[in-house]
Amino acid sequence: MSATKGGPKGSGAKKTYEEMPYDLVKEGTLAVLAVGALVLVLSGVLSTPDVPALTAQQVVQQDPMLLVTTELNHLGLQDAIANYGPPYNHGTGAVQSLGPFAPQQWAGVQVPVNARKDDVLIPLHRMAVMDPAVKRTLAAWDHGSSAQQLAWVANVQKVLPQSSVRHDRLVLPNPGAVQYGPVPQMVNDYLRIARSGLLEAAIDGAVGPVPVLNRTKALLLLENTADTAYATKLNMLGDEWGVMKETGNYPGAVWLWYYTLLYQIPPYNTSDSADLLAVLTVTIVTFILMMTPFIPGLRSIPRWLKIYRLIWRDHYRETRERGGTQS
Amino acid sequence: MKTNWTRALRTSIERNITMDNLLPDRLPKYVHSYVYLFGVLTLASFVWLIVTGTVLAFFGPEWWHVSPVGHFFNSMHFWSVQAFFFFMVLHLWAQFLMAAWRGGRHFTWISGWLLFLISIVGGLTGYLSQTNFDAQWVGVQGKDAMNSVGVGGFFNLLNFGQMYGLHIFIIPFALMALISGHLFLVRKHGVVEPLPWDGKGDDAR
Repeated sequence: MSATKGGPKGSGAKKTYEEMPYDLVKEGTLAVLAVGALVLVLSGVLSTPDVPALTAQQVVQQDPMLLVTTELNHLGLQDAIANYGPPYNHGTGAVQSLGPFAPQQWAGVQVPVNARKDDVLIPLHRMAVMDPAVKRTLAAWDHGSSAQQLAWVANVQKVLPQSSVRHDRLVLPNPGAVQYGPVPQMVNDYLRIARSGLLEAAIDGAVGPVPVLNRTKALLLLENTADTAYATKLNMLGDEWGVMKETGNYPGAVWLWYYTLLYQIPPYNTSDSADLLAVLTVTIVTFILMMTPFIPGLRSIPRWLKIYRLIWRDHYRETRERGGTQS
Repeated sequence: MKTNWTRALRTSIERNITMDNLLPDRLPKYVHSYVYLFGVLTLASFVWLIVTGTVLAFFGPEWWHVSPVGHFFNSMHFWSVQAFFFFMVLHLWAQFLMAAWRGGRHFTWISGWLLFLISIVGGLTGYLSQTNFDAQWVGVQGKDAMNSVGVGGFFNLLNFGQMYGLHIFIIPFALMALISGHLFLVRKHGVVEPLPWDGKGDDAR
């Protein structure tokens, strides 16, 4: 077919270019079929990973002392969430800011979480409905002052290195010592409800048969030590580019490399406000890239790189052969 | 004379959206380059994302854990995502190297970036909708970044219902709307013309 003169429509282009017949619909259809075939082959050959979520039941089976430590940290108000700050509470432990720029603080508490109450005491109270002994243990806990409660927890934590869990019971040196208060029994009860597989459900506490779709509180229980231990086994930690990795040897969110990269280099990898710094940097860089057409210098980089000569090589060659100007 | 909104809309559509522009059967010869395929391959990957995602959504988020067929559809969805981003990133680089924002095409460039950014949110909410350890780990790790900039309260990575709703409806809907706009702009302005060989000239902007 003969080529005719034409050019991009509506672009205000001054030049005209030779045209050729083109079938966009056919091209699109073939592209869909080609990608479909590629996806089918990759799915058939490589499949996808599916490592089940880490549960409290799994933790209690594989490393019960880890759950004991987690529970005691919650009761002793030492876990990462107890003093996290917004959006969960008024703590300061995880609040990030850059000088006066503190959006986390400005946003305030929007998803209230009391880690000790929500992740430990509430499930035990739910358990107490079925087991009066748990009710007595919790009454003893409630009977202690705040300072007394913290002291009981600290006394148990002190002897934890010499302790173990046998048959879902915490075995402490000098068992029954008064300085432990009701804490050992609370640990035993907690191990039992975790063993049953009902702990997460008891934390979120579905009322009626409708599923709970917001699992924030249950997910926050294991978010620190236990999840990290599991992720370590799977090589998914942040300093191993974890955010963009998938479990197993699969590509994950590789398109996040320019965000994840920041966490590997200073000042991001040493800053207390690394997340805020990284998100701000990526936001600013992205905005600049988005505005490339309006930024002198940046918009000229393609001209300096001259890779366009490779992309349009046929066009330039044909123009040259016709003896026209190289445009 | 009072303005008739209906007539104004019709006139605007007739002026801006001609079928010759939308579905041309002739294109400039310089389009003959593999680089131009990255866009259509991105679009083709998106088609498969919607097809496989629709099947997965129909059977519910737990299906793929318990059914080999479900797992296969999940694999197709996963590899469609990989293809989608692979071709999209190539498309983005190609458009940059061609300075494809020239000739009044800046909104095409900006809408492409918006598509890339919304797609990233789509990928993130997809990971969070997997209901497995990937979802759990991405959620507990990613929450700190969201919280640090003050958005963790209303974009809560640990709220499965919110993430799933975003992933299966709001984000695909936004992507489809934006893709329509992006394609319309591409067709309206035509395919970007070659840079002058020496890279100089007014149209090099």
